[in-house]
Amino acid sequence: MAFDYDKYLRPGKLPHIWCPGCGHGIAMKGLIRAIDTCGLDKSNTAIVSGIGCASRLPGYVDFNTLHTAHGRAAAFATGVKMAKPEMNVIVVGGDGDGTAIGGNHFIHACRRNIDMTYVIFNNFIYGMTGGQFSPCTPTGHKASTTVYGNPDPVFDISKLAIGAGASFVARTTAFHATQIDKLIAEGIKHKGLSVIEVLDDCPTTYGRRNKFRSVIEMMERLKTMAVPVAAASKMTAEQLEGKVLTGVLHKEEKPEYCEQYAEVIKRAKGA
Amino acid sequence: MSSPRIEVIERYCKGCSICVEFCPTKVLEMDGFVVRVAKPEACINCMQCELRCPDFAIKVHAE
Ligand SMILES: Cc1ncc(C[n+]2csc(CCOP(=O)(O)OP(=O)(O)O)c2C)c(N)n1
Ligand code: SF4
Ligand code: SF4
Ligand code: SF4
Ligand SMILES: [Mg+2]
Repeated sequence: MAFDYDKYLRPGKLPHIWCPGCGHGIAMKGLIRAIDTCGLDKSNTAIVSGIGCASRLPGYVDFNTLHTAHGRAAAFATGVKMAKPEMNVIVVGGDGDGTAIGGNHFIHACRRNIDMTYVIFNNFIYGMTGGQFSPCTPTGHKASTTVYGNPDPVFDISKLAIGAGASFVARTTAFHATQIDKLIAEGIKHKGLSVIEVLDDCPTTYGRRNKFRSVIEMMERLKTMAVPVAAASKMTAEQLEGKVLTGVLHKEEKPEYCEQYAEVIKRAKGA
Repeated sequence: MSSPRIEVIERYCKGCSICVEFCPTKVLEMDGFVVRVAKPEACINCMQCELRCPDFAIKVHAE
């Protein structure tokens, strides 16, 4: 049965601004299906972003939305959650927004384990501003600022999130569309900071410079680079070369920030 | 059981061809920069086209 996305979209906003074949549209649809699965009340849900192509998402969806400053989504979202702990808070944004200029806010949201869901759209590049390299641009690949090949090692966003303290971390790709909504839904239901990394494609600024002849080639790459965690445990290091683990990578129960803060308020009031 | 009805919203379609390439039974075709339902009777209702369309441009209506 066709899914009714219109229920969650602001009327008259389509077609969206994303380029033909941009994975951000696939990821946005996954997020909408996850919200539907979880039955979240629109008026009790906030979607918060910074700046970038991915960060344009809140403009299209019919929730409480905040489109803030580059890299600052997690900080604004933390403010919303602290003021209204009963609200569902979802952060969306790109690899540049979340791990370059916003890297600090990202790791500290993870460290606090505040009950929010952070969906990070990793297209390996600064899409919006014309393809400058991000901390996620693969080593050796080309960006407008690394025309001779990127000398930098990359951030593995999911590992970064686990190391920083996020209590739920999962990864998938824009090719694996049904897994996007399953993992986001699991992240929304989880109490604490959930990170869902969606590897996607930017054909316009990354694909073009890195010899991908088409959007389809980029989708094929996402398909073949993904290895489900269960399958990976049976593979050798050699077989895993150049692959990326997908599925739920980390899940634990630990104290949530708003609850801890509520205790502080009680203590301060002398209760 | 009759084949699903496939709806293409041409105004939204950006011609990326993702739906065409990953349809397991080759139901869809590119017609210039927009997708065309070439073999509706071959559709197995797997939903892959609708799920992967980045542009909300294709819907699969099954009974
Ligand atoms: C303070 C500040 N610095 C730089 C910019 C320019 N800028 C806008 S978007 C962006 C990068 C976006 O990359 P990413 O977050 O990966 O999103 P994408 O466009 O790839 O989806 C940059 C550097 C800005 N808007 N504000
Ligand atoms: S520039 Fe890249 S990230 Fe931005 S809309 Fe186009 S394809 Fe998507
Ligand atoms: S539902 Fe499946 S079989 Fe039918 S057109 Fe779409 S991708 Fe092809
Ligand atoms: S996936 Fe969507 S936008 Fe791309 S060609 Fe098919 S219908 Fe058009
Ligand atoms: Mg990016």
